Amino acid sequence: MTAPLLDVRGLSVAYGRAEVVHDVSIAVTQGALVTVIGANGAGKTTLLNAIMGLLKARGRIEFRGADVSSVALESRVKAGLCLVPERRELFADMPVEDNLLLGGFRRTRAERSQTIEQIYARLPRLKERREQLAGTLSGGERQMLAMGRALMARPTLLMLDEPSLGLAPRIVRDVFHILTDLRQTGVSILLVEQNARAALEVADYAYVMELGAITKQGSPTDIAQDPRLVESYLGLGGNEY
Amino acid sequence: MDGTIFLFLLQDGVINGAVYALVAIALVLVFGVTRVILVPQGEFVAFTALTVAALENGNAPPTAWLLLALGGLAAISELVRHFRDLTVRRLVRIALFDLALPVALLLLTRALAPMKLGQVANILLAITLITPMGPMIYRIAFAPIAHSSVLVLLMASFGVHFSLMGLGLVFFGPEGTGTAPLSSQSFALGDLVVTGQSVAVVAVTGLLLVLFAIFFGRTLLGKALRACSSNRIGARLVGIPTGAAGQIAFALAALLGAVSGVLVGPLMTVAYDSGFLIGLKAFVAAILGGLVSYPLTVLAALGVGFAEALFSFWASNFKEVLVFTLIIPVLAWRSVYAPHAEEAE
Amino acid sequence: MKLPRSSLIQAACAVAILILPFTGLIPDYWITLFNYIGISSLVAIGLVLLTGVGGMTSFGQAAFVGFGAYTTAVLTVQYGLSPWLTLPLAVVVTMIAAALIGAVTVRLSGHYLPLGTIAWGIAFFYLFGNISWLGAHDGMSGIPPLRLGSHALIHPRDYFVVVWIAVVLAVVATQNLLGGRVGRAIRALRRSTRAAEAFGVNTAGAKLMVFVYAAMLAGLAGWLYAHFQRSVSPGPFGITAGTEYLLMAVLGGAGRVYGAILGAAGITFLRDQLQDLLPWLLGHTGNYEIIAFGAVLVLILQTSPNGLWPILFGPPSAPKLPQPRAGQHLPERELPAPGTPLLQAEQAQKSFGGLVAVNAVSFEVECGRIIGLIGPNGAGKSTTFNLITGVLPLTSGRIEFEGHPLQAQTPQRAAALGLARTFQHVEIVADMSVIENVALGANLRGHAGVLRSIFRLDRAEEALLFASAMRQLDRVGLAEVAFEPAGTLALGQLRLVEVARALCLNPVLLLLDEPAAGLRVGEKKALARLLREVRAEGVSVLLVEHDMDFVMSLADRLVVLDFGTKIAEGAPALIRQDPVVLEAYLGGVS
Repeated sequence: MTAPLLDVRGLSVAYGRAEVVHDVSIAVTQGALVTVIGANGAGKTTLLNAIMGLLKARGRIEFRGADVSSVALESRVKAGLCLVPERRELFADMPVEDNLLLGGFRRTRAERSQTIEQIYARLPRLKERREQLAGTLSGGERQMLAMGRALMARPTLLMLDEPSLGLAPRIVRDVFHILTDLRQTGVSILLVEQNARAALEVADYAYVMELGAITKQGSPTDIAQDPRLVESYLGLGGNEY
Repeated sequence: MDGTIFLFLLQDGVINGAVYALVAIALVLVFGVTRVILVPQGEFVAFTALTVAALENGNAPPTAWLLLALGGLAAISELVRHFRDLTVRRLVRIALFDLALPVALLLLTRALAPMKLGQVANILLAITLITPMGPMIYRIAFAPIAHSSVLVLLMASFGVHFSLMGLGLVFFGPEGTGTAPLSSQSFALGDLVVTGQSVAVVAVTGLLLVLFAIFFGRTLLGKALRACSSNRIGARLVGIPTGAAGQIAFALAALLGAVSGVLVGPLMTVAYDSGFLIGLKAFVAAILGGLVSYPLTVLAALGVGFAEALFSFWASNFKEVLVFTLIIPVLAWRSVYAPHAEEAE
Repeated sequence: MKLPRSSLIQAACAVAILILPFTGLIPDYWITLFNYIGISSLVAIGLVLLTGVGGMTSFGQAAFVGFGAYTTAVLTVQYGLSPWLTLPLAVVVTMIAAALIGAVTVRLSGHYLPLGTIAWGIAFFYLFGNISWLGAHDGMSGIPPLRLGSHALIHPRDYFVVVWIAVVLAVVATQNLLGGRVGRAIRALRRSTRAAEAFGVNTAGAKLMVFVYAAMLAGLAGWLYAHFQRSVSPGPFGITAGTEYLLMAVLGGAGRVYGAILGAAGITFLRDQLQDLLPWLLGHTGNYEIIAFGAVLVLILQTSPNGLWPILFGPPSAPKLPQPRAGQHLPERELPAPGTPLLQAEQAQKSFGGLVAVNAVSFEVECGRIIGLIGPNGAGKSTTFNLITGVLPLTSGRIEFEGHPLQAQTPQRAAALGLARTFQHVEIVADMSVIENVALGANLRGHAGVLRSIFRLDRAEEALLFASAMRQLDRVGLAEVAFEPAGTLALGQLRLVEVARALCLNPVLLLLDEPAAGLRVGEKKALARLLREVRAEGVSVLLVEHDMDFVMSLADRLVVLDFGTKIAEGAPALIRQDPVVLEAYLGGVS
């Protein structure tokens, strides 16, 4: 078996004194769609931010066979690691097209013009809106743009943080379609979601995160049938206070 | 006040305003990319004018020594900060940019200065000496605290201003001087005498503003700088190195300051500490533009220039008082209209 | 009366300082230097309060020194008034000026505030330099010295006593002020304006008070300066001087009163030494010391942004608490009978631009009940909280509390009505002790103002406030850490501190935003027990919580929000089986 594309081992993140991610180990193999699900506040966002390099963390992060845990964020982008953050973090006062072009900041001009055409083909809505300011887009369009911007960097591994957050169900469906599409083209995906059912439906492998730690992992069907999953969301008959 | 005086004041205001516009644009740029309110921006202006003056007299300007001093400090600061993860690449960069470049420029100025090469050469040499100071200052003072609050950065900025002003006194001495006009021609426009100098100021400013508009509107690097001010996290996520962006912003600010220095040199007597007031008035314009909008900032700079001309006609003693009091209602209005969240520390 | 030992040490130090110049051990040159240090200390102490404690960075403090100095200069030179008579006048003129300038300045937000101080700092410098009856750029000379009977206090040694008595008084007054009820409110301003407001602190009023107090000390310094120097000119009152005062406060450790004196001493000595050394090194004279000042400022900010005092002397010690007399306690409010309607939300609506965060939500909270407000991320729970507590205004609909409409309510009014809250992101003053944080909750139950604090007439009331705070801390199980700095506690403990603080308000309705997040199982059980106890006392609880086991076992009724809309309401057992709720939580694509 070949080494996984992303191999995170014993990762811990602390804000001041409070440790919010404890000793987490996850892996993403080449071409897979892996999901980390869990209730709000479980530490999923912190985990992604630490892998991306936005936060300092203890532990080992191996990407494409190299240890990147002390590598600068911009070099991780160059190596093909990309994050679509929960808050999208678009350049609101710049047009859609500039947002996309900047997504390819670490690529050559030729790569940029080639990739942007592919993205426009995949997400025609963005092409229609190319001259509109990013700040004036609707919630769904912003999510599309955030994904498009990340794809401009030609990622090997795309990480998405709650892409369905705040979106109407119909648009959530579109977003997940795009994800399955992307996987077809060979992009590996690490998806963090609160919307467990949707995530489990598209994933190849799943982790459940609770209170900063991975409490369960396995195939999506196993996880979906585990009664503990519902508990971790709705607290059915767990602890009595 | 009759029409002639009004036109005269208008011309005066436009010239001052044009210089303030260049300085203010630099302030907006630096604030956007690094959140630093660049108090020492005025020092770039004053030092450039003093450098050109020294070259006109055939003296080697002390600016080259100042650049070497700053380069040494930048090198030390960089070595201390990256003590643990020092790479060969970084060492080479430090050696080339912080040490070799200032030494080379020092030797060049000492060789060229006695030759009195003429105005264009003097100006280019002065701008070349001043511009690298921008990124050096960024690395000495601001890079280590790049993630601090705007307040901490503002205090550090005042610290840099103090030190630079003191160094200016050491290197340039206390005397003020002026430089030769860019053009000694003049022509009459009705009652108004328009000097070639004022045409040059407006033309150079206009040209620079157009160049900047193209840079920020058309080039990927310019857009990347704008991205840093638009959304810092977003900029980092697409792989823009924000530290390098900060250095570029400081280099551009120093360049703009240097050009402003070339323009004001012939208009007034410049001493080592003259930059502060120019910087502050430009700063009033930058605030009027909300520290965000470039077109608004240019308009506001022209407004400040004109207001200053009017005030100096009506109440010349109180012109500074009036110009700086002007800013308070604007700040109050901004606080209500565009309040920003409590800054996290 | 028995004084605590630390007070005795401080008093002994104060006396020792005042006797020092008469021992003949110290040359006059140094005594003069000490006088300047003392005068600068006064300004720096004001800045510590303003910047370090109140969070308002002022570059313009030198202008207020100018107000004090020029007032006494004009009145003594041109009108022949006695300097002792001009002392109150100089201070009052400065305070009036500060009140007018401050009324605008304290309302400036974020970095606009320091920018504003730079603007008026420069404007006043030019104003002083251009008014002819103030002597314009040359200033005024011939200011009479202070006199005691026929003895003129001209010798630096004599003046030393005057200056340092002023410094000692300023230190005592400032310490007393900071230790009292108003002081706690001021200390809460910088770290968490939201918490201060939620417990009834009038933010703008408190800020203005600090601003005027700091200016008063600067005005006093100006008066001392004028009669020591015997002449005034605009130079020492400009923006450079203003920045130097700020540098002193930052160097010593913004937020620490003694740090101000340390900073003033450091900068004054440094200047004195450099003024001799640098011209000798550089071969000619000039204002070279500013190179070092700038470098020092940048280096402090880079290496130790908290200043020198904490490095040298460690963190602040916890306050000594006055003991209440036996049997005395704060009056408690009468709570309505359990079951009576307390809070009614009717079609409450909140939109931000086009986004509807809370959409026509209606629910009710009765007295003595625990109501859970749950829903997935982004459902609008926190917004609902903010609507109830007056942080945000309603777009439409209405929320009533005991018959009072809560529309366009301020957090302060909500607190006065008996609504106490905790925050999702902990809002605690980290450098204040735990018990003082909790006592902030009782802010509206005390009445002592600035003067009562300064003259220590607030002790009896303070004793009652702290007794109440201690009782609540005990209830949440944190009595043993009461005197630790709050910043040293773990996140879970801080949540409990917030609960204790809210209880200290003597609330009718307790609003808890995720109180159990980050708590261990044992702590959660203790919290649940406490909330049941509170409910039994007749207090109502509105609880936002993600730990479903926790909220389900506690709540009498649950209200479920999704996308800003109420999708279900009812007993926990019913909610658990509601397919709509399950759908909202676990989601689904098809």
